Amino acid sequence: MEKFTTKRSLFDKIDSILEKHNWNKNDLLAILLETQSNISQNYIPEEVAKYISIKLNIPTSKVYDVITFFSALNDKPKGKHVIQLCKSTTCRLNKYQKVREILERELGIKMGETTEDGEFSLEYTACFGACDISPAFRIDDKVYGNLNETKIKEIINSYRRINHE
Amino acid sequence: MNRVVNVITKNFNKYNIESIDEYVKLGGFEALKKAFELGPQGVIDEIKASGLRGRGGAAYPTGKKWEQAANVKGDRKIIICNADEGEPATFKDRYLLEYDPYKIIEGMTIAAYTVKANEGYIYIREEYKHLHNKVRRAIELAKKAGYLGEKILGTDFKFDIKVFSGAGAYVCGENSSLIESMEGKSGRPRIKPPYIKQCGLYNLPTLVNNVETFAAAASILLIGSEEYTKYGTSESKGTKLISLCGNINKPGAYEIPFGVTLREIIYDIGGGIKENKKLKFLQLGGASGAIVPADMIDLRYCYKELKDHGIEIGSGAILVADETNSVVDFIKSVQDFFLHESCGKCTPCREGNRQITKIINRFVAGDASITDLKTVEKFANVMKYASFCGLGKTAPTALLSAIKHFPVEFYQRIYKVSR
Repeated sequence: MEKFTTKRSLFDKIDSILEKHNWNKNDLLAILLETQSNISQNYIPEEVAKYISIKLNIPTSKVYDVITFFSALNDKPKGKHVIQLCKSTTCRLNKYQKVREILERELGIKMGETTEDGEFSLEYTACFGACDISPAFRIDDKVYGNLNETKIKEIINSYRRINHE
Repeated sequence: MNRVVNVITKNFNKYNIESIDEYVKLGGFEALKKAFELGPQGVIDEIKASGLRGRGGAAYPTGKKWEQAANVKGDRKIIICNADEGEPATFKDRYLLEYDPYKIIEGMTIAAYTVKANEGYIYIREEYKHLHNKVRRAIELAKKAGYLGEKILGTDFKFDIKVFSGAGAYVCGENSSLIESMEGKSGRPRIKPPYIKQCGLYNLPTLVNNVETFAAAASILLIGSEEYTKYGTSESKGTKLISLCGNINKPGAYEIPFGVTLREIIYDIGGGIKENKKLKFLQLGGASGAIVPADMIDLRYCYKELKDHGIEIGSGAILVADETNSVVDFIKSVQDFFLHESCGKCTPCREGNRQITKIINRFVAGDASITDLKTVEKFANVMKYASFCGLGKTAPTALLSAIKHFPVEFYQRIYKVSR
């Protein structure tokens, strides 16, 4: 996977996010979420965390306290699309393990890994409130439920098609 | 008795949320007008008369909470709608956000008027990101139409609402953790007192209620507490939105009057167990709720009758498990959840979850000892009584109730007994 490289345009973007929030340190969580959504590998690189801490005049350790506390924030790069499989109570009763097997087979990776081409990361997540359509997974912000083998393959292929367009 | 009712859900699928006019045609903002007629004390009296209790899980009387908030002195007060619905098996607030966001806005505005607050936030979990912009749009439309912002409905009352995104932390459903995260910190619970009602967001007096509570308050004002209390029992008045899921034919969010039996919920509303299998157990109130064995399903769904049997309504989740499920394996998924979600602030919860998980893993592997059973119960009780916040206090509920109702399943996983 390509290493994160500092792009001027990204820091300009971060500046505009900070400005929108009036450099208010109380808005740190929102600032970090918005910053991460502007980075293709879905994470906050160290230099970005440091940059935000300097701009908001707070210790970098405090920025990391927030990044590492919340599941939606990452300090390590992820694939372009993150597939999050729920293994909480309801999905357990609805056999999430079958979905995991199909996903691992289809993507050729194990849970917690990223495909070689950097397109997909596969991970577990806590409940995201789609228990009425369990078993379910989330790809980026989109939730898919009532999963079976055919449906899972179709969903993965639809992302592959988008990626190759 | 009608098993499914439509009091707070009456607008579901009746209008397009892109059109505030359609909401108004369905009686939208009539409750707010009525609140202005009644005055703050009148609203408090009406909510008290309805018997409404907080629908987020703690079940604190809403009228009393609003009265306390109104009596707190302060020029600047905050209203927060807690939409951080993170309890596994719970999704009823998602339905309200999706199908009737204006009712939440209306309920919050009524609360703000009642307690004299001018600033509001809807804290929506990151996992519901697909709903953030929909709710933002509803707020924008409400503002344009004069139901939010300055001079609401031509009065001198002003109130504004912003959407705040969570970032994937179950503990932020706890009000003080939620507030910490809104102040740019990691979401760990605060020591109380000072209580949030006096010293909440930015140290200002703050009223936090669940999504369903605000929606129910707006519905109560619309139809009147007398009409509302025709539903339910004498102790548990009105209706409740439940999330029904698991091995059930018709999972979904349903509004029911308090007092229907669990059997009616599972078989009449939920269409029975998938593939005609036998019911084994339920878990009520989410991952932090009790395990209820199949022979208890004639209990009525209301605060008192369940409480008498050590069961809480909690968030209103009803998870159904069929005969093919192992209780021990199920407890492992509960335990994995809490191990992941404990914030680590207090020792009983941080270390308790860690050690209980290790022991449960031995039960799953069929490699536990009789001492493990005693130890796990002891640790669970320490967590229950000594944890800092509700997460740690309720995390072992499922385990303790599972050992109580299904002891044999645990004994079968003990090495010396099973061989």
